[in-house]
Amino acid sequence: MYSTLLAFDWLFLIEKLVLIVGIVSISLVIAMYETWAERKVAAFMQDRRGPNRAGPMGLLQPLADGLKLFMKEEIIPNTSNRMLFILGPCLAMLAAMMTSAVIPWGGKIDFFGREVNLQIADINIGILYIFAVVSMGVFGIMIGGWASNNKFSLMAALRGASQAISYELPMGLSLIALLMLTGSLKMSAIVGQQLDGTWNVVYQPLGFLIFLICAFAECNRTPFDLPEAENELNFGYHQEYSSMKLGFYLFAEYINMFISSAVMATLYFGGYDIPGVNDAHLTETVGVNLMALFQALTLFAKIGFFIFLFMWVRWTIPRFRYDQLMNLGWKKLVPLALANMIITAAVVLWLKK
Amino acid sequence: MQALTNRARPVERKPMTFVERLYLWNIFKGMLITLKHFFKRKATISYPEQTRPFSPVFRGLHVLNRDEQGRERCTACGLCAVACPAEAITMEAAERKPGEENLYREEKYAAKYEINMLRCIFCGLCEEACPKDAIYLSETFAPANYQRKGLIYGKPDLLIPNPQEQPEEYKQALGNRANKQHQAN
Ligand code: SF4
Ligand code: SF4
Repeated sequence: MYSTLLAFDWLFLIEKLVLIVGIVSISLVIAMYETWAERKVAAFMQDRRGPNRAGPMGLLQPLADGLKLFMKEEIIPNTSNRMLFILGPCLAMLAAMMTSAVIPWGGKIDFFGREVNLQIADINIGILYIFAVVSMGVFGIMIGGWASNNKFSLMAALRGASQAISYELPMGLSLIALLMLTGSLKMSAIVGQQLDGTWNVVYQPLGFLIFLICAFAECNRTPFDLPEAENELNFGYHQEYSSMKLGFYLFAEYINMFISSAVMATLYFGGYDIPGVNDAHLTETVGVNLMALFQALTLFAKIGFFIFLFMWVRWTIPRFRYDQLMNLGWKKLVPLALANMIITAAVVLWLKK
Repeated sequence: MQALTNRARPVERKPMTFVERLYLWNIFKGMLITLKHFFKRKATISYPEQTRPFSPVFRGLHVLNRDEQGRERCTACGLCAVACPAEAITMEAAERKPGEENLYREEKYAAKYEINMLRCIFCGLCEEACPKDAIYLSETFAPANYQRKGLIYGKPDLLIPNPQEQPEEYKQALGNRANKQHQAN
């Protein structure tokens, strides 16, 4: 008994703990500055300046916003189910954070002779795990709407949940086509293949497009941002929420955006692959650690582009009507994704022969 | 129907082309437009540091003018009240007593002069109507107030600072616009 405990690789535990703390705090900081970036991008696209009073270039604005949210009165409606009411935002946040566990953030680093993978868990069902956790986000929505004990919140929660579920289908289908190419569910393997070869987006442009659209819908971003339709659709599932609990819901959305950008970059855009560079070659010249840094930076650059894309689209396209949203999901995206899947399957079979 | 301007365009009712029905292409075009704005010059003015110059024809808050010796110019003739389309001006006339010559320029003066800023539409007709150069629309905004009665401006709110005692403030209150008209007169 004791010997097994001692034989346990304690360094492994510490390494993973450090990684988890690091990645979680990085996601939080990025989500914080996404709110700032969102306002800046919005302003620039509308010929305004955006936040520029708090700190240089308004960089302290997220802190001010956070403080404001904390200082606001916290209201829990009398008739609500107290426990679920608090559980809702927590679940949303949890689901948003948990996805980051299987994303490879870079290659290996060499830490005093110890090889450390920049990935919390390199499980061999990586993509399935992401899907499982993402669909848990629906609980956050549903519980939030249900616990408020308000029929409008409940309707909005149903709306949000059906949207999330509808778009998860084509998302999964478009992924299946990708998996046929890679032959593995393991995130590190998918990135590894792209390191040597071409990025998956070259083989799967349609699949990527479908995935992108579904990612927009899953993150509740425009044109699918029905929860934000305060005046025409009576807000979303978080109608009764105030103060930091509302902040949690909104924050979870920003984390979702970051994570889905990371997933898209990993699955379709080569992950931490530096374009136009022979990785093995460069590793020899600059060393393992520096290489890992470069790779992580590349990944973050790609993520940054996708986050910008999210915002760019938000300030361009008007919101879908609810029936349009459902039509697009079920009548357009699902058949398209199916076709994409079948064509990919046929091509893969034909090439193998 | 005859078009009112040459900019009228009939509504296009052509069926959408295939590319248009794809929708994505149009989204892309729209995104290019927003991206273009990303690099455009910003229209914003950072307010407390920069202020926008008023246009030369800006009509702001009224001032009741004085002459060079600091005497009130208004003779309570009531022409401004008659000219006012919003019926915002009310006044009461009084006769100048001996010894008050340094206060009022004419024998008759306005003992009470009120403008209801809630009614005023800042048309400037009072200024046009005044034969005595007594009322001006200056270059300040009417500040907000919590109560209705705070927006009925009496003489203390309207009278311009005395040019003898406070020449700086007088100049400022008069503004550029009145100066121009002074020279024209
Ligand atoms: S500006 Fe026009 S509306 Fe206002 S008090 Fe003068 S005449 Fe009346
Ligand atoms: S402000 Fe001018 S128009 Fe009005 S009562 Fe006085 S002198 Fe007459």
